Amino acid sequence: MIPSGFEYHRPENVSSAVEILKKHGDDARVIAGGHSLVPLMKLRMAEMAHLVDLQEIAELRRISFNRDNVVIGAMTTQAEIVSNGQLSSLIPILRETALLISDPQVRNMGTMGGNVAHGDPGNDMPAVMQCLDAGYTLSGPDGTRTVKARDFYESAYFTVRSDDEILTGITIPMPVMSGYAYEKQKRKIGDYAIAAAAVLIGDGKASVAFTNLSDTPVWSASASRALASGSIEQCVDCAMDAIEPQSDIRGPAEFKKHVAKVVLRRAIHKAMERTK
Amino acid sequence: MSKMHVKLNLNGREVEDLAEPRTLLIHFLRENLNVTGPHIGCETSHCGACTVDMNGKSVKSCTIFVAQSNGADVTTVEGLANPDGSPGVLQEMFREHHGLQCGFCTPGMITRAHRFLQECPNPTEEEVRFGMAGNLCRCTGYQNIVKAVMAAADQINSQKEAVT
Amino acid sequence: MNDITLEERTRNLQGLGSSRKRVEDVRFTQGKGNYIDDIKIDGMLFGDFVRSPYAHARVTGVDTEAALKVPGVLAVLTADDLKPLNLHWMPTLAGDTQMVLADGKVLFQGQEVAFVVAADRYAAADGVEAVEVEYEELPVVTDPFKALSPDAPVLREDIKDRTEGAHGPVRHHNHIFTWEQGDKDATEKVLAEADVMAEEMVYYHRTHPCPLETCGCVASMDKVNGKLTLYGTFQAPHAIRTVVSLISGIAEHNIRVISPDIGGGFGNKVGAYSGYVCSVVASIVTGKPVKWVEDRMDNLMSTAFARDYWMQGKIAATKDGKITGLWCHTTADHGGFDACADPTKFPAGFMNICTGSYDIPVAYLSVDGVYTNKAPGGVAYRCSFRVTEAAYFIERMIEVLAIRLDMDAAELRRINFIGKDQFPYQSALGWEYDSGDYHAAWEKALDAVDYTGLRKEQAQRLEDFKAGKTRKLLGIGLAHFTEIVGAGPVKNCDILGLGMFDSCEIRIHPTGSAIARLGTISQGQGHATTFAQIIASEIGIPADDITLEEGDTDTAPYGLGTYGSRSTPVAGAATAMASRKIMAKAQMIAAYLLEVHDNDVEFEVDRFVVKGAPERFKTMKEIAFAAYNQAIPGLEPGLEAVSYYDPPNMTYPFGAYICAMEIDVDTGEHEIRQFYALDDCGTRINPMIIDGQVHGGATEGYAIAMGQEIAYDEMGNHMTATLMDFFLPTAWETPVYVTDHTVTPSPHHPIGAKGVGESPNVGSVPAFSNAVHDAFRPFGLVQSHMPHDHWRIWKIADDLGLHQ
Repeated sequence: MIPSGFEYHRPENVSSAVEILKKHGDDARVIAGGHSLVPLMKLRMAEMAHLVDLQEIAELRRISFNRDNVVIGAMTTQAEIVSNGQLSSLIPILRETALLISDPQVRNMGTMGGNVAHGDPGNDMPAVMQCLDAGYTLSGPDGTRTVKARDFYESAYFTVRSDDEILTGITIPMPVMSGYAYEKQKRKIGDYAIAAAAVLIGDGKASVAFTNLSDTPVWSASASRALASGSIEQCVDCAMDAIEPQSDIRGPAEFKKHVAKVVLRRAIHKAMERTK
Repeated sequence: MSKMHVKLNLNGREVEDLAEPRTLLIHFLRENLNVTGPHIGCETSHCGACTVDMNGKSVKSCTIFVAQSNGADVTTVEGLANPDGSPGVLQEMFREHHGLQCGFCTPGMITRAHRFLQECPNPTEEEVRFGMAGNLCRCTGYQNIVKAVMAAADQINSQKEAVT
Repeated sequence: MNDITLEERTRNLQGLGSSRKRVEDVRFTQGKGNYIDDIKIDGMLFGDFVRSPYAHARVTGVDTEAALKVPGVLAVLTADDLKPLNLHWMPTLAGDTQMVLADGKVLFQGQEVAFVVAADRYAAADGVEAVEVEYEELPVVTDPFKALSPDAPVLREDIKDRTEGAHGPVRHHNHIFTWEQGDKDATEKVLAEADVMAEEMVYYHRTHPCPLETCGCVASMDKVNGKLTLYGTFQAPHAIRTVVSLISGIAEHNIRVISPDIGGGFGNKVGAYSGYVCSVVASIVTGKPVKWVEDRMDNLMSTAFARDYWMQGKIAATKDGKITGLWCHTTADHGGFDACADPTKFPAGFMNICTGSYDIPVAYLSVDGVYTNKAPGGVAYRCSFRVTEAAYFIERMIEVLAIRLDMDAAELRRINFIGKDQFPYQSALGWEYDSGDYHAAWEKALDAVDYTGLRKEQAQRLEDFKAGKTRKLLGIGLAHFTEIVGAGPVKNCDILGLGMFDSCEIRIHPTGSAIARLGTISQGQGHATTFAQIIASEIGIPADDITLEEGDTDTAPYGLGTYGSRSTPVAGAATAMASRKIMAKAQMIAAYLLEVHDNDVEFEVDRFVVKGAPERFKTMKEIAFAAYNQAIPGLEPGLEAVSYYDPPNMTYPFGAYICAMEIDVDTGEHEIRQFYALDDCGTRINPMIIDGQVHGGATEGYAIAMGQEIAYDEMGNHMTATLMDFFLPTAWETPVYVTDHTVTPSPHHPIGAKGVGESPNVGSVPAFSNAVHDAFRPFGLVQSHMPHDHWRIWKIADDLGLHQ
């Protein structure tokens, strides 16, 4: 498992990174922690002439706490999410989710930006971001735009981000509903979810999203509305209509649908118990 | 592909060599620098045999390009002995509690445990199992590894108490 | 010297029974192991394979032109390059032949097609990418039953017209052998007339040993002196030397095989692989050392798999539960070539130990070997030649019978165990069990887990479940296994014609320290520690003063290697016997020094003493020195011995394992609440190491039973080729084990030891699997297939209507 060769770039700010992407188009790709990209490169399922490493860009490592939102820099690692006390008290679902991602070493390298931008339906943060109604900031040659997490994913590994754009940050609107849970069933540490559900609930509102139960993360408006109105059963029914799991080594689709129901119910109960 | 100049602070010493940017850190350590403690087990960041400490964090060196690590402080199992060259506490405790058999996972395991005990100096058994879950072992069933890490924590803590 | 007690002197030796710390660990813990990929020789090249993306295809062209232009690539070998050397095919351990590189077609996904040799592994990988291969796809068969249908595709065109195979007549183009044991007619009669007869298909799925270190080698041909040095991850270095000599034509004395430190083997490193042959050829062609090391995908896709046995069973009993007969027909899926690693006369290994721990008067076993479009192998994954399959089969059939009889499965076992007084016991399928006390082990195990209490709790849980108070069931998994290890007597065990003896050579140095060399090779078992303990007890030299070496065919005596738990039963016995040869001479030296008759001295821990005058003695240190500095009439100088040990019989370790498992019927998740493992491996050499072996083997068993599999889709695509998909549990999922033991020494082994390394894999798989089955027994489950991963357990619950 040896990747093919590339030229390496380590720009110090976003604009020079974008400049490199613009110059090389399809031939260039950014790397954050690399724990999704490097294995693909080693399998030669991803090859590029230019690799743009974002690690030196200090502005991408910041977490800023504002009155109306929290902005998480794309290069924030999962380990930093776990250890950030202020973030964990404001948006505890992030820490709960990050702890369910892979293992300690991978969390030290894996970033929030990489996790949400890669488009892998098995990644955990996209569903959570949809649940939180987060927005992604994309910087490209023509400037900056924000796309809602709920509008970002098109199909497996395909997103609305264009090749010369970099996902620089995630904006999570505040306040966040107080009841939260991310319930994930997996075979072992290091595995992707068989099924996982993110639930937020509080102040008469609710939000429900899923990981690895379709070729994109799934946020269900109808399931969220049903839960907000207090009907768990209706929420579950709506959620089941929204997902479309595929059979694979983790099991057949009907099993995943069943597990989706179970983890959703568990997440709902946990979130309700945690509602302040 | 042209080579780049790579510098690391490895086990407390400045080292440098030329390498293609695509060279994986594990290969750079093992092939260019002859540091063969860290091993290659799975190549997809699942087994942890290649675990090294990079800038104070445990990482899997099979999934990091040497270009990414250029300029970093790296510690491998070779750097975990006592200053006088005798085996460090973890190395002793793995031997004492039979925390290894074929020895292939051991360098990664000990390097991870070294960092883990700094992150979590008084772990419960459950915390050890969770904190060490990025390292696979095919021989021991982990039971004696957990014992060794717990024993090392005790030793390190009692040494600290003795100093203060 | 006299001021310390006998006990202290014994303790100082760190001999048998001592939990001596391992001598290997000093270097392993400091990163100073020397594994295959650590070996570097000046000018060394690296080889890498082009592999087939198809499971069955004709290879119509291999274009190496572009690859040869890749910077750093020096050569690309194809089957056509190997043909003039007659190395394009190689013999397997099972009497078949196997393509080294694709010769006109490929038979499994991942099969070796071309070998790229380059300056380093990066250039080699680039070269592999640049080789262009043209394939013409052929129909694929991955199901061994379909493979035997009349219109199944012909897989092995090279032998399609044969009527005789390596093990008798062949009746179909994809049929490899049929192996029959026992009395067919008598068994069928008993089945027909039985009070109760239970029949089930027991499938032991395909899996893989997956040691953390993959397979690899470095071949270095010195053209000046004509010598080949081959370093490699070999579990049987001496046998590899002989095989290399036979197939390459290089004289055996010109070949030196070295197994360095091995990062786990578990059977994966017994066989001969294309990489070894190609590296040797590449070294001859280029005149440079060539390294080949698999990556993990290579390992999981192409080197030896394990199991894949479909075992149709019938078991007959009286209505009181006394078993009267056992019948088994196995369909064995061997993949594209029969590269199974078994003694020559045993094409299905020791599958005929499938009567297990039970006194079964008549039995019949037949095994059909079948070709499919899957990787070859069939190795013993921490197992003695199919004993894992056999033990799983009988331990499932016992449970199935218990259901049919509506009887407690612990009681059914108790009724049918071979009694303590029946040993040596002749089994219906031809083995002579050496010793055992199954009832004692069983009662100890049941008491230890409070079996009665567990059953009560289970009954309460069932009530709660039915009342809707819980969605978790409790399963109690029982297993009593009998292993057959220590292959084996040369009269009936050989591999490629090499008798399965083993060897030890001991030299005592003048100052009283020693070096011992064996024909085996440790892969984590701690031989350097434990074999020194045997010598320490036998000779009275502290284990710390004994160096142990294995794995270099130029220095070690010939031996058949380490697999099948054979090291302690065979090489351990050789070690004791060599020690005793030394002691015979030491006794004469002592008598000479003490000026008494040979018969007037006796051995006491670390010295010879004059009988009746214990103050007059010579220590082993003194005797050793005398051996080198005194002219003793009638004795040659020096103190060394070698023993080649041909065991009179196998050894039969046994054990009782019990698992309590919580099962979530809605998600299929499980939690191992308790796992108790009692092992009887005869004399215990190092309890610490035994416990470690049990923890590790049981964890492999846990993985196999609960999720680990080599899976293919219908097109023959390998679905589990990385550690993302191939289940290896972390510390988090792995259960905690309670170990225990009884001691029933082997009567025919010099120190009574039986071997333990593989017992926990053999015993734990049925314990885990039986726990899953037991949880669902009240709802009517009789048999389901491993691995019991989340979805398969969920499916059991779903099929039983537990989700309504």
